Amino acid sequence: MSGDGTGIEGARERRVRTGGIELSVVELGDAGRPTVVLLHGYPDSKEIWTDVALRLRDRFHVVLYDVRGHGRSTAPVPLRGGFTLEKLTDDFLAVVDAVSPAEPVHLVGHDWGSVQGWEFVTVPRTEGRVASFTSLSGPSLDHFGHWIKERAARPTPRRLAHVLGQGARSWYVYALHTPGLPEAAWRGPLGRRWPAMLERMEKLPPAASRDYPTASLPQDAAHGAWLYRDNVRARLRRPRPDAFAHVPVQLITPTGDAYLSERLYDDLERWAPRLVRRTITAGHWVPRTRPDQVSAWLAEFVTAQEAARQEGAPARTPAGGGPYAQRFGGRLVLVTGAAGGIGRATAFAFAEAGARIVAVDRDAEGAARTAELARLTGAPEAWAETCDVSDEGAMEKLAAKVAAEYGVVDVLVNNAGIGLGGTFMETSAEDWRRVLDVNLWGVIHGCRAFGRQMAERGQGGHIVNTASAAAFQPSKTLPAYSTSKAAVLMLSECLRAELAGQGIGVSAICPGIVDTGIVAATRFAGLTEEEQRLRREKVGRAYTRRGYPPEKVAQAVLRAVLRDQAVVPVAPEAHALRIVSRFAPRLGRAIARIDPPL
Amino acid sequence: MATAVTDATELDGFREVQHLAYACAEAVAARLAPGVTEREAARMQREWLRERGVRDWFHLPFAWFGDRTAFTGFRVPTQFFPTGRRLEPGMPFILDLAPVHRGFTADVGYAGCLGPDPLHDRLMTDLAAHRALILREVRERRPLRAIYESVDRLMTRQGYANRHRAYPFGVIAHKVDRIRERRWSPSLFGFGTRSLGGLASDAVRGHREGWSPLWSPHRFSDHPPRAGLWAVEPHLGFRGKGVKFEELLVVTDSRDPEESAFWLDDDLPHVRRWQEEGALA
Repeated sequence: MSGDGTGIEGARERRVRTGGIELSVVELGDAGRPTVVLLHGYPDSKEIWTDVALRLRDRFHVVLYDVRGHGRSTAPVPLRGGFTLEKLTDDFLAVVDAVSPAEPVHLVGHDWGSVQGWEFVTVPRTEGRVASFTSLSGPSLDHFGHWIKERAARPTPRRLAHVLGQGARSWYVYALHTPGLPEAAWRGPLGRRWPAMLERMEKLPPAASRDYPTASLPQDAAHGAWLYRDNVRARLRRPRPDAFAHVPVQLITPTGDAYLSERLYDDLERWAPRLVRRTITAGHWVPRTRPDQVSAWLAEFVTAQEAARQEGAPARTPAGGGPYAQRFGGRLVLVTGAAGGIGRATAFAFAEAGARIVAVDRDAEGAARTAELARLTGAPEAWAETCDVSDEGAMEKLAAKVAAEYGVVDVLVNNAGIGLGGTFMETSAEDWRRVLDVNLWGVIHGCRAFGRQMAERGQGGHIVNTASAAAFQPSKTLPAYSTSKAAVLMLSECLRAELAGQGIGVSAICPGIVDTGIVAATRFAGLTEEEQRLRREKVGRAYTRRGYPPEKVAQAVLRAVLRDQAVVPVAPEAHALRIVSRFAPRLGRAIARIDPPL
Repeated sequence: MATAVTDATELDGFREVQHLAYACAEAVAARLAPGVTEREAARMQREWLRERGVRDWFHLPFAWFGDRTAFTGFRVPTQFFPTGRRLEPGMPFILDLAPVHRGFTADVGYAGCLGPDPLHDRLMTDLAAHRALILREVRERRPLRAIYESVDRLMTRQGYANRHRAYPFGVIAHKVDRIRERRWSPSLFGFGTRSLGGLASDAVRGHREGWSPLWSPHRFSDHPPRAGLWAVEPHLGFRGKGVKFEELLVVTDSRDPEESAFWLDDDLPHVRRWQEEGALA
């Protein structure tokens, strides 16, 4: 806590008078740097931005202020009519003139802060005062009005579903229009219970809630009801036809927002031509739950816009614009077994989506090659690390190094694996140890080392484990390999259950026969060296004839992370074997007895 | 059909037509601009060569733009023929042409990119290792099928996909020969009938003698390199970008390794490029 009671360490507070009220404005960082204004929503105060502000203050001049009637700012008298978007725009301009009189500011808004932000960047009188806008969970009321009107005017079943879906999510908006009652609730039981409710709904770690929400919450929430009452009905009934953004906009959409449908932003390119889209798996209070990712995207966007402004050219848009790029742009992805096959293809697929890549493999040269090509494919940064996944100490050391140098991993792909053929009786104890060490212990070490970091950070993430179709299908010629992969599948399912409460997804990918180098690295137990070589050639050719490319598995990995799928069979044979194992296990057992024709 | 082409004057004839073909590819590549379609690019090549006396073809010129350079989604052979796909800035392209001039055949491939692209440069540079690998292993007289697999392995190690597998029979190379010039030289499915006839008679003869004029991953290519001229075309692909080169490799019966196999000509655009980069070291 800082001495001036703002709740943000190292903040300098000043009071700005405007339109008969006094706003509490705090600043962090060097005032000579580009100014970033962070604007809070409802029912919040500027302290919602604490975590993000602390992450940005070394690089930017960070400014936060309490909206009128909230936190340490005073409320207008009377309240009715005191919260119109026009008056909020006056406040914003007064703050900007005070903190950055010469240069335009980069605006960031969450919830009602974003609703205000849209107003600020679409009205002519702020032109030249705003350099860019980042919107989190708050649409423009004008765009929203048009969105409803268009869908109501031509109601196809899908459009109707969109409107009804959003209509159901907006229940609290109707509730806030009731006179008197919301104020009483907030000043009474709701205000007392809100912090605990928020913690439960948003899965906030308890530690994060100590300074938030602030003690002024009941007052803020009661005053803030007038934000809705003064603006929503008026704007939705008569949305402005000219609400075009005059600055570049970055839109960060949480996929689990209980109050706003993702569909709201479907036509946004029409209103904001220079739009960069991002998606994040989180609930509504992203500045609290995902401060690392939000501040990384903010810093990247603001830096790019600043550079472009200095050069006088439009900023380069980040790689691609598809759903993968929106989701994985700038995130840190670590892939083991990245020197070839599925691992390498996965690294490239993430690289193409703009993710930062750590390519891990025993084969240093192969990993370096993957990292180099990943950079050429679109990864802003990519590194190669040499590590044997079966070595616990080495994995722990790697995890510490990655966390220190590149950050906490957002997506972990435990992919490294080896093959082992031959019947149970032919397989030696040493063979068993080797295959379990890599295929199972490799995954365990990966999940322990990196999964723990993810869980401790408390900002979500995803773990992908490469199992195999052999995890569903017993076979008399692949006992060790199938056992190891079945264990990986079960491990993934258990871990998924454990981490579900922390916003970390776990997926098991079960590919069928994929044309990779795994056969060349497979041992066939019980055969001489020469027989092994011939067998490898033969099996290798069969895999090549099958010709299923690892790139398709990589696509399945990205899709699995995007949709948070639990078990993903890839290739038709994998789907078929899964169906057999579930609905016709006796058939599966009969297949297990067949000698493969190789 | 003559098979073992080792005569110096004959080689000059092949060298000349290979030069002509690469000159054509460079001239057409220089004229490629956004909006040009594959069909237009193929026509440009045809016209350029016809003006210089080419009347017959091993195959008619091909042009592939964008992800078609990596044969993305190719299932049937008709997809190789030029389409209405338009060239856009930053797109890779490949021109593949095989003119017959005064009875000598050339078959060349030229890969480029409209505008600078570091990834495309990297792919081109990495292709150099394949030229060296193929020559080395042919001189070692390894079976063609084994050499094919070595190229495959190198591509995998480099992180690329083998795209010559998409060609008919998955060939990385095929034999070319002299053909007698006739006034009427029809073509069938884009291939000159005389050249096809030459290949077919080689195939029949090779079938009896245990070799094949097609250098493929299949069992019929499991024999040491056969003396003659081979048009070698390693083609690698990476996420919707493909590059290749194609040029003539001379294989002889000589016992001297240097003489037993050599590239017909080193004065070619891609080889010059690699020499400047030092990629051949």
